[in-house]
Amino acid sequence: MIDTTKKLTPKERLAIPPQEMPAQDPIVRRRNMEEVALGYTEEQAHLEALRCLQCKNAPCIASCPVRIDIPGFIAQIAEGNYKESLSILRESNLFPAICGRVCPQEVQCQSTCTVGRSLKDIDKAVSIGRLERFAADWERLHGELEVPSVKPPTGKRVAIIGSGPAGLAAAADLAKEGHEVTIFEAFHKPGGVMIYGIPEFRLPKAIVQREIEILGRMGVKIITNFLVGRTRSLKDLLEKDGFDAIFIGSGAGLPKFMGIPGENLVGVFSANEYLTRANLMKAYEKGKADTPIYPAKRVAVLGGGNVAMDAARMAVRLGAEEVFVIYRRTEKEMPARVEEVAHAKEEGIIFRFLENAKRILGDEKSRVIGIECLSYQLGEPDASGRRRPVEIPGSEHVIEVDSVIVAIGNESHPLLLQTNPEIAVDKHGHIITDETGKTSMDRVYAGGDIVLGSATVILAMGQGRRAAASIHAFLMGNG
Amino acid sequence: MHRIVSKKQLSEEVFRITVEAPFIAEARKPGQFVIVQRNSDYAERIPLTIADADPSRGTITLIFQTVGKSTHKLAELEEGDYIQNILGPLGRPTHIEKFGRVVCVGGGIGAAPMYPIAQGMKQAGNYLIVILGARTKELIIMEEEMRALADELIVVTDDGSYGRKALVTEPLKELCQASPRPDCVVAIGPPIMMKFCAETTRPFGIKTIVSLNTIMIDGTGMCGGCRVTVGGETKFVCVDGPEFDGHLVDFNNMMLRLSAYKEIEQKAHEECHLEMQLKEMKSTKGKGNP
Repeated sequence: MIDTTKKLTPKERLAIPPQEMPAQDPIVRRRNMEEVALGYTEEQAHLEALRCLQCKNAPCIASCPVRIDIPGFIAQIAEGNYKESLSILRESNLFPAICGRVCPQEVQCQSTCTVGRSLKDIDKAVSIGRLERFAADWERLHGELEVPSVKPPTGKRVAIIGSGPAGLAAAADLAKEGHEVTIFEAFHKPGGVMIYGIPEFRLPKAIVQREIEILGRMGVKIITNFLVGRTRSLKDLLEKDGFDAIFIGSGAGLPKFMGIPGENLVGVFSANEYLTRANLMKAYEKGKADTPIYPAKRVAVLGGGNVAMDAARMAVRLGAEEVFVIYRRTEKEMPARVEEVAHAKEEGIIFRFLENAKRILGDEKSRVIGIECLSYQLGEPDASGRRRPVEIPGSEHVIEVDSVIVAIGNESHPLLLQTNPEIAVDKHGHIITDETGKTSMDRVYAGGDIVLGSATVILAMGQGRRAAASIHAFLMGNG
Repeated sequence: MHRIVSKKQLSEEVFRITVEAPFIAEARKPGQFVIVQRNSDYAERIPLTIADADPSRGTITLIFQTVGKSTHKLAELEEGDYIQNILGPLGRPTHIEKFGRVVCVGGGIGAAPMYPIAQGMKQAGNYLIVILGARTKELIIMEEEMRALADELIVVTDDGSYGRKALVTEPLKELCQASPRPDCVVAIGPPIMMKFCAETTRPFGIKTIVSLNTIMIDGTGMCGGCRVTVGGETKFVCVDGPEFDGHLVDFNNMMLRLSAYKEIEQKAHEECHLEMQLKEMKSTKGKGNP
């Protein structure tokens, strides 16, 4: 047994076993909406924090999109100084309770962790995300919400379009600098994908609301039910309403479909629609919510990303007996977070790798009754470096399902571009920005999925912060 | 929050409300719609077309029919009550120009969104013919307004209780056969009516615009629930529409998609009516026992 009260050698630290995240029993959680991962106990957090080698070169910081002082906040957890730990986190990231839950740490900070490398297993890297979550939850459960200090008013006004991760991150940084920030949100609740998309069982909405509350306390105004481009134009915001600059973080747009026969049958949904019904509209609270959700017993989910996992796991919770995730490559190539895939498997989701939908079949009332798939094998690597899936001729087979959820990503959002042709976009319709987030329209900046295409919460936040820095420089006359 | 400044019941199932929504009143154009949600907690988001607006008072007028739970609940609100969320104006505005001779066909509640379009067409200098149709006399709405606006007004009812006993497609066909022929037809109403209007004008090659009201959640181009097949391609009513070339819309698929939640809706609707009956029973009982 290691004495953790004295200073440990790196060898001793490496010998501490990685702490497993406690989780709800899969049999139980399949039928409830409560959070799956339960969070570290204090003891676990302490042990996990001690595993950090406090590397001087800190490769983890370089692989964090918002450059959190990771060894710094972990050292404070090891000392039991949770409040200080959270202060360090909040310097670079105002939303640690969110990021600790939804960041794909295994391809970011944890991918370069020296502990994981030394143990030759990336899964044994220090669980940075879980520790981040621990510090944030500790404050939520024990302490008062700490509101970052705000500089004296500059008299400059910034409009933020969209209250998702990019917009919130930009708003936070700009408010801290003393600018007057107004966020315009089209939905009736702020939070973007963190409210409508990511399910309650992975990211409880009360946590998102609380983190957004911090912005309110910093003086940020949030106006819901306001669609910039329709309710009011970008030009009006700049010319009539007196905003000095605008940040567009309007997010991903129209869902992509496969372009296969049968996609407009009754019972085929985009993951956006399915998850929005379930999350934002609370369709899972049957009897309370007015928004219906399609009753389905056998569901096919097309795609292999986090959204596909969310949709599949939501379908199970809404009463589906069998849920299939159909993905044309293998598990190794799946873009979803490892933890989500593991959780999905525990919950009984059936993965059909190396298969892809060819057409969706319907009955005489055009309701889905099955999906015809083709089998694939992996061929030569393609441009992305992943081995290209090649269809096996004659391998058609039918899976009986009564609903199909398409989760293969989004096109860019068409609306702002429809109404503002002066903003330059690339061939995919994503806004083109320079390295500071500036668009081709004067005083207008952009970031997040509207620039990147489908990305992650943390990458969007990173873009929001980057644009906020250049907006700040511009407003102060240094741009 | 949007205060209801006036409310009027136009028929047993049709209501007109005027609500405060200053930005929408200023920005809206003919053909556009709003998403209405009574409250943020559990209420549904439903698309409703804008029948009129008064930018100086900052109000918009919505006309809706009670077809399900959400519209029933909306109809229960009175003057002075608030609707928590209204988003808009949504969708592309109607393309209005001087076509020459324009026929506007409003079926049932479809007469409401037709009104601003007819206004626009008239203002653009078109010769305006309006056909209003409904199942029966009391479901004819906007008659006075349309009469004041149109160069010719034709009213038809399915049962002949008012105006001519005919479907809207009958006078439409006669207009297509007459000389001069219409240069443009706009049809708004139940999907089946729009489908047959499009079929009526097709042989004559007359441009026919229809306005689609599909299932929607966000109304801003995110959920894809409103998708329809137009000319063999998938289009999104909220951002590509709501108006499309009626000759290209796959109405059969659209009608099937509209029926996705029919059973659930039907049940909720019946429950609403039961509740209404119960309330009525209680209130009459109350009157009888002072």
